[in-house]
Amino acid sequence: MAETKPVLMQGNEACAEGAISAGVRFYAGYPITPSTEVAELMAAKLPELGGVFIQMEDEIASMAAVIGASIGGMRTLTASSGPGFSLKQENIGYAIMAEIPCVIVNVQRMGPSTGVPTAPAQGDVMQTRWGTHGDHPIIVFSPASVYETFYLTIAAVNLSQKLRQPVIMLLDEVIGHMREKVLIPEAGKLLVEKSSDNVPADWKPYDEKGLTPLVPFGFGHYYHVTGLFHDQYGFPTGDPPQVERALDRIHGKLEKYRDEIVLTNYIGHKEPRVVIIAYGCTVRSARAVVKKAYWQNRLPVGLLSLQTLWPFPDKEVAAIAKQADVIIVPEMNMGQIVGEVERYACGNAEIVPLNRYDGEMISPDQISELLGRWL
Amino acid sequence: MEQLTQDFLRTKKLPHIWCPGCGNGIVTAALVRAIERAGYNQQDVVIVSGIGCSSRAAGYLNFNTLHTTHGRALAFATGLKMARPELKLFVIMGDGDCSAIGGNHFIHAARRNIDLNAVIINNHIYGMTGGQHSPLTPTGMKATTAPGGTLERPFDLLELARGAGATFGARGNAAQPRQLEQLISRAANHKGFSVVEALSQCPIAYGRRNKLGGAVEMLREMKDKAVSVEKASTMDVDELKDKTLSGVIYSVDAPEFSEEYYRSIGKA
Ligand code: SF4
Repeated sequence: MAETKPVLMQGNEACAEGAISAGVRFYAGYPITPSTEVAELMAAKLPELGGVFIQMEDEIASMAAVIGASIGGMRTLTASSGPGFSLKQENIGYAIMAEIPCVIVNVQRMGPSTGVPTAPAQGDVMQTRWGTHGDHPIIVFSPASVYETFYLTIAAVNLSQKLRQPVIMLLDEVIGHMREKVLIPEAGKLLVEKSSDNVPADWKPYDEKGLTPLVPFGFGHYYHVTGLFHDQYGFPTGDPPQVERALDRIHGKLEKYRDEIVLTNYIGHKEPRVVIIAYGCTVRSARAVVKKAYWQNRLPVGLLSLQTLWPFPDKEVAAIAKQADVIIVPEMNMGQIVGEVERYACGNAEIVPLNRYDGEMISPDQISELLGRWL
Repeated sequence: MEQLTQDFLRTKKLPHIWCPGCGNGIVTAALVRAIERAGYNQQDVVIVSGIGCSSRAAGYLNFNTLHTTHGRALAFATGLKMARPELKLFVIMGDGDCSAIGGNHFIHAARRNIDLNAVIINNHIYGMTGGQHSPLTPTGMKATTAPGGTLERPFDLLELARGAGATFGARGNAAQPRQLEQLISRAANHKGFSVVEALSQCPIAYGRRNKLGGAVEMLREMKDKAVSVEKASTMDVDELKDKTLSGVIYSVDAPEFSEEYYRSIGKA
């Protein structure tokens, strides 16, 4: 991939630019801080590209419109923050059930409720996982930089298309509003994965044999789309074996492509005693700590950063827990991912949460201080 | 009455789930005939519906059909229409679905004057959940959640839509399916947001509790009360008391949203 144009941009802009690069041509949204810039940029750019920008009457309608446009065959995006993201949940569940691709951006703000609209927090991690009702699979990416935001948004769009599965971009307010350099590939140089155009005559929207690409409405395949449990043609069913099969189907596709979905990155000592597991903007503070402790002072320290939060990087965490004595989990919330880390560490390492929930970032000093106890 | 075109029905999905005597089937049949009459290609037609008894109609129709979430059918349809303006969208909703939980989307679809054909099956009650009052239940009528009769005042759905900017509003009923079919086909030919209120009977969750008799009695009353717009113009206020206007109540021209959008970006 030729990366030629270095551009200084905001995280929210990178999200919009990434989506456009990945072929997104439909955006529906509703104004909310701190994600509004995504909508504003889409409003400016999509019409020039022949795409559709529409400001809907509320967050629920935005989510609905995005699903409608996806069924029409467009690649779609919507963005929101905390309270607005809560409102989208029912229709996110619909998209999961009906296997309609779409990407939803949640630029987190401090909650609960209206909270502190302009303060950063990582309080929505569990909402991205369990915000909509019922047993459902979900994919959630959490970028740590503007650059990562751009590329993870592209990955989100492509995965969403390939798996016919909603993907959530979970941004921190800090990432959304920070300005950094991004190397934007030349137009046309970026790989936009296309789902197959060759649709067999016996195409079924929810084929029992496995994943099939979505054939948009209006091309003579008269299938049904519903949020009810459905058979392979999309028609409602309450038959227990079919219900079970349908639920296994939507979970199974994420399991099958697990290694494409779950993205993590490790830096630091090869045989670490203390590992920091972080995501989002907290990765930045953790990286500063590891740079000093490992690169300068050669201490047995490492950082496992999670670009994918859900499905949770279980194998990666289990492996690191076997190496490390201690795992520190800094989060700008009262402890959400730390429970998952504990679950997959299986008692092989001591898990130490580091929480901050006053609307400020976790500083490198805070992490270093804690780290000092074991080194 | 001539046979329905088999092509447009998913005969394998029949019999339907509706109760004996329900008006949903009559309205659905009128819709199918109207689509046939409009001469659309099967592949250009999309049926969108919300949640409730009436919204199950989508599953029986052999088009691309989209059974959405409760109240949100118009919002899904707006996205689809903007993505694919060449498609002909019919949006089937119930009275509660459209005017309570979906009220916001209803007024905004009207305001945008987006070319969607809304068909609201108004049986004055939430049928699927067993008979709760809706914003279209007349004052005084009983429901499980208004055992002594509702104190609330109902919307006039067509006036609500007109106030919000809808450019076509018509009312028909299940007792006069021919007229209903004509109204839906006129709505289909209208460019812009059209609303057809189809009065219908729910003998099970509404008729019984309100001692309105069975389907036959309910249909008879519906027919007796209906007065065409033309006839109404010759009647005075007293005579019109307790009557319901039927026919095309309003039809005006105004810019249609999807067309304006694509023109504005130079793609129309
Ligand atoms: S409950 Fe009423 S509306 Fe629902 S199917 Fe039965 S008669 Fe029809």
